[in-house]
Amino acid sequence: MIPTLLGITLISFFIIHLAPGKPTDILTEMNPKITPEARERLEKIYGLDKPVIVQYGLWLKRIVKLDFGESFSTDRRPVMEKIWDKKQPLLDRRLFITFMLNMISMIIIFLVAIPIGIASATRQNSLFDKITTTTVFFGFAMPSFWLALLLMMLFGVHLDLLPISGLKSMNYDALPAAGKIWDRVSHLILPVFVSSFGGLAGLSRYMRSNMLEVIRQDYVTVARAKGLPENVVIYRHAFRNALLPIITLLGLSVPGLIGGSVIFENIFGIPGMGQLFFMSVMTRDYTMIMGILTIGAILTLLGNLLADIGYMLADPRIRAR
Amino acid sequence: MGNDNPGNLFWKRFKKNRLAVAGGIIVITLFLVAVLAPLISPYDPNDIDRRHILEAPSLKHPFGTDDLGRDILSRMMHGAGISLSVGFVAVGIATAIGIFLGAISGYYGKWIDRIIMRFIDIMLSIPTFFLILAVIAFVDPAIWSIDNFPGWLKRILQHVPFIDPSIMNIMVVIGLTSWMGIARLVRAEFLSLKEREYVLAAKALGAGDLRIIFKHIMINSLAPVLVSAILGIAGAVLVESALSFLGIGVQPPTPSWGNILELGKNNIEIAWWLSVFPGLAILITVLGYNLLGEGIRDSIDPRLRDTERR
Repeated sequence: MIPTLLGITLISFFIIHLAPGKPTDILTEMNPKITPEARERLEKIYGLDKPVIVQYGLWLKRIVKLDFGESFSTDRRPVMEKIWDKKQPLLDRRLFITFMLNMISMIIIFLVAIPIGIASATRQNSLFDKITTTTVFFGFAMPSFWLALLLMMLFGVHLDLLPISGLKSMNYDALPAAGKIWDRVSHLILPVFVSSFGGLAGLSRYMRSNMLEVIRQDYVTVARAKGLPENVVIYRHAFRNALLPIITLLGLSVPGLIGGSVIFENIFGIPGMGQLFFMSVMTRDYTMIMGILTIGAILTLLGNLLADIGYMLADPRIRAR
Repeated sequence: MGNDNPGNLFWKRFKKNRLAVAGGIIVITLFLVAVLAPLISPYDPNDIDRRHILEAPSLKHPFGTDDLGRDILSRMMHGAGISLSVGFVAVGIATAIGIFLGAISGYYGKWIDRIIMRFIDIMLSIPTFFLILAVIAFVDPAIWSIDNFPGWLKRILQHVPFIDPSIMNIMVVIGLTSWMGIARLVRAEFLSLKEREYVLAAKALGAGDLRIIFKHIMINSLAPVLVSAILGIAGAVLVESALSFLGIGVQPPTPSWGNILELGKNNIEIAWWLSVFPGLAILITVLGYNLLGEGIRDSIDPRLRDTERR
């Protein structure tokens, strides 16, 4: 895990540094009066006068202490503080917002896709199976940002049912407690729907093919031959084994979800890490970009670790090894 | 009648698969539209007409006009070429890298394999979209300026009017971040094929590594790579449109489906046609490539049906 993390930071670091131009260009370009001496001083502060490999070492030494340096944007706040602002309530911290949105989507994807997958596998070629298979095919091809646009147009503009931007209304503080909860929830409905839609298609399809494979196995036939009721055969014997590969998928889907948050946080104006990353990209805020890339990689690796642990808990064959 | 060579068998199965044929028709139609766009588009895609801005679809402008009075249908027809060329070049780059790394990894095994597999794991752990954005932020599109290319390539590129530096940047970036699936696929093929008798026979006859890799193994692993590449084009089209939608992909005035959608978002309350038609075009394109890719896969080897997709 640690070597992978090192590899990720190394690749990100080199991409940014081997690109033409210096990260400090954005600071100096804006200021025509800057002298060459001032520019040099700036480069020295960020260690840009040293060879790339030395810079990487220095950067790594700070990262271990979770010190990502200062943002290059005008506010000059530490990167870590912008991602995880301890002065703000938990619900308003960027990393927490992105994390929460992805967790909710992931839970919804699993809760909806698995039953759909099982149902269409056990009723292979039925009308239900055909409808879900077709829907899934469209789900694969649907650009998530387009789905977001259409939903915003329908529910936000024409029906005026749901808010289409941000995480809470302007008058949030004046709302009663119940109103506050509904306000939060209603802001989440569209973003969560959009971010889970693509995953839903993929996972239900995957679950269906796993289930179809497992149902053909000998031990399922044996279970049936023993005269067990179909429900027990499906849910006790087949389901658990079909679920195993899904756990691996949980880990693999993390980078996609995090990457996708750039798109839908941007569309729905959600102040999360994805939106911050996008703004940093637009302003070439180099310390910020490196910081978020690293945190994204750490989250991905945590996802992989969780998947490994889950796999171990679910599969006795691996535990025995 | 009893003509059962693999090619005929493939066609027989492919023609029976109606969805695959539909996918093929979509893809061919898109090609025709992209190539013929200058001839068949009703207006010049960059014709600004200030008297007809943000007009709803009508007989004169079937898909409406944008905020500068440009005809959306014409812009979408020209955008088809951008979309397809990004898809093809990006997937070409990804396939070349994937085949190269997958082949040496699977063929030589040992430490080379371990290093390459670790590299693939690392690439898969970076949120790809983050990486793409970071590269686009820091790589100045000017390095793709046509003057930096060798003469022969320059002469070819001069005739491709829509390739500007911002598009080159996107093609390369998407290509460099999407080769991992193909590399794994090729590696797996090589691992199983290199132990076959005919390869051992070639080795015994003294054939060199390069000859075995290309002439004996690669040929037999091309089918799954082709399928994966076709499905990859769909993915690249999606990424390009997402980038253009965010305003960091294909830059206006060059038309792309994604940047028309960006206008749609900015005018969401007044101009539905800017959001609906380009999105539909992306959906149909991606659907077409997916259907074609899966159709080809099922026709090459029906046993592969229902295997997972990545």
